[in-house]
Amino acid sequence: MSIQIVNVDYTYSRGTAFEKKALNNVSLTIEKGEFVGLIGHTGSGKSTLIQHLNVLMRPDSGSIIIDGEDIGADKSRLKAIRSKVGLVFQYPEHQLFEMTVYKDVAFGPANAGLDADEVNKRVLDALAIVGIPEELHQKSPFELSGGQKRRVAIAGILAMGPEILVLDEPTAGLDPRGRDEILNQIKIMHEKLKLTVILVSHSMEDIARLADRIFVINHGEIVMSGTPAEIFVQTDALESLGLSSTQSTYVARRLRAAGFDVPEDIYTVDAAVSAILKVLM
Amino acid sequence: MLKITIGQYYPVQSPIHRLDARMKLLCTIIFITVLFFIGNFLGYAFAAVFLAGMIKLSKVPPKYLIRGLRAIIFIIFFTAFLNIFFTAGGDVIFSWGPIQITQQGLVNALRMAVRLVMLIIGSSMLTLTTTPIQLTEAIEFGLSPFKKIGVPAHEIAMMLTIALRFIPTLMEEMDKIMKAQMARGADFDTGGLFKKAKSLVPLLVPLFISSFRRADELALAMEARCYRGDVGRTRMKQMKMRFSDYQALAVMGLFFATILGIERLAGLWGVW
Repeated sequence: MSIQIVNVDYTYSRGTAFEKKALNNVSLTIEKGEFVGLIGHTGSGKSTLIQHLNVLMRPDSGSIIIDGEDIGADKSRLKAIRSKVGLVFQYPEHQLFEMTVYKDVAFGPANAGLDADEVNKRVLDALAIVGIPEELHQKSPFELSGGQKRRVAIAGILAMGPEILVLDEPTAGLDPRGRDEILNQIKIMHEKLKLTVILVSHSMEDIARLADRIFVINHGEIVMSGTPAEIFVQTDALESLGLSSTQSTYVARRLRAAGFDVPEDIYTVDAAVSAILKVLM
Repeated sequence: MLKITIGQYYPVQSPIHRLDARMKLLCTIIFITVLFFIGNFLGYAFAAVFLAGMIKLSKVPPKYLIRGLRAIIFIIFFTAFLNIFFTAGGDVIFSWGPIQITQQGLVNALRMAVRLVMLIIGSSMLTLTTTPIQLTEAIEFGLSPFKKIGVPAHEIAMMLTIALRFIPTLMEEMDKIMKAQMARGADFDTGGLFKKAKSLVPLLVPLFISSFRRADELALAMEARCYRGDVGRTRMKQMKMRFSDYQALAVMGLFFATILGIERLAGLWGVW
């Protein structure tokens, strides 16, 4: 039970002056229940890759196999696959359109052809998970704050009952509090709903905090993969790709350079705090 | 994915790309005018060869141009259709009840279709080889004589440019929203007319909202850069006619003369 991406190639506007190779022989495997981080600088192919996961884009060559099923093979299975793989786009609040929050979240499950009771249950559950209180359910989504809008949009995907949740920069443009709320909710979805989560982010801190495993993508190729500890110690390699390590890693590195005995593989704030305390004691 | 290529710039280097935008605008207007002078198929054949030559010279892939035509194929068919059924005169080829198809009708339909196709390809040659900014300046230059009688030349040109500039942005936006709704199980392709129209709501509402947001942001950005319209505005890049521009004009003149000659000959020989 897993996601297997096998030798996937994709080129935009093939055969014109706008031609751009976005994915180059990408292969990776994600196990069920994993929390995977995908990082890469702008234009590296992250967004293209995740759009392949629910057949919004089709590879020029190669295939994507989810739970043993080649997802591009059967057109009649499209809806089922899109329910199974929930894709939250960047700035998902831009896709809100309904008169009320409730109706907007119900859009997905209603499209899936569920009966009214099931739709109702899913909508209420999804809105509860993202922490939208009941008094907001009948409000227009356009009256909400930015963070609330985004949570409603994420609920719209959750209500489809996905097993795999893919989020493209879910915290972009939010204030620190909105960011923390969303990240915590994603964590809850991963732990309580047992969702496989793929998180695309520019924030190394977010990824370090949540991901079990990280893939680094550059010019449409997977160039690094491993646990956060394995990835974030390779500060120089990350920097050469136009990325960075986490701030905690940099602090630890400076401390080591200054002669303090702190471990090399620090990448979260908590780990940095306890290491520094240990040195000070 | 839907792609509108009309009005979009195609970034390659070619002699046509390098021409002064004002000259290209003038040549396009001449070309379009000439198209309406042509009355026989010999003339159209010559114009087609001429246009093909221009396309070759501009290095825009013909495939790209033809794809641009797809968006308006309906209009072409519709015009041809009207011409076939509503032209009187000539020999009746086919009749069924009140419907009659005449030879004159068929000829007219074909002529209209050819004229439209060349009209559109000819004018897309202008936008494909000219950056939006150059195009605006050319339009503004062309309209400037009318400033005297109160035509807001600069504003019209600016509006045109903004419209052209935002076609790809809005297409991209639409593609994104469409995908986001498809990820929520939206279906834009199946169902009857009513269902299809209804399925557009989740697409159009967000698109309108984002267009207004963009318009707002653009207005603010222009104001922040002290944009006040035409008065007192200077240019960083001045447009300059070069020898090659006059050569282009000469080529257009020759083309015009040849078409007139062909018309004359066709009149003498009685070719339709």
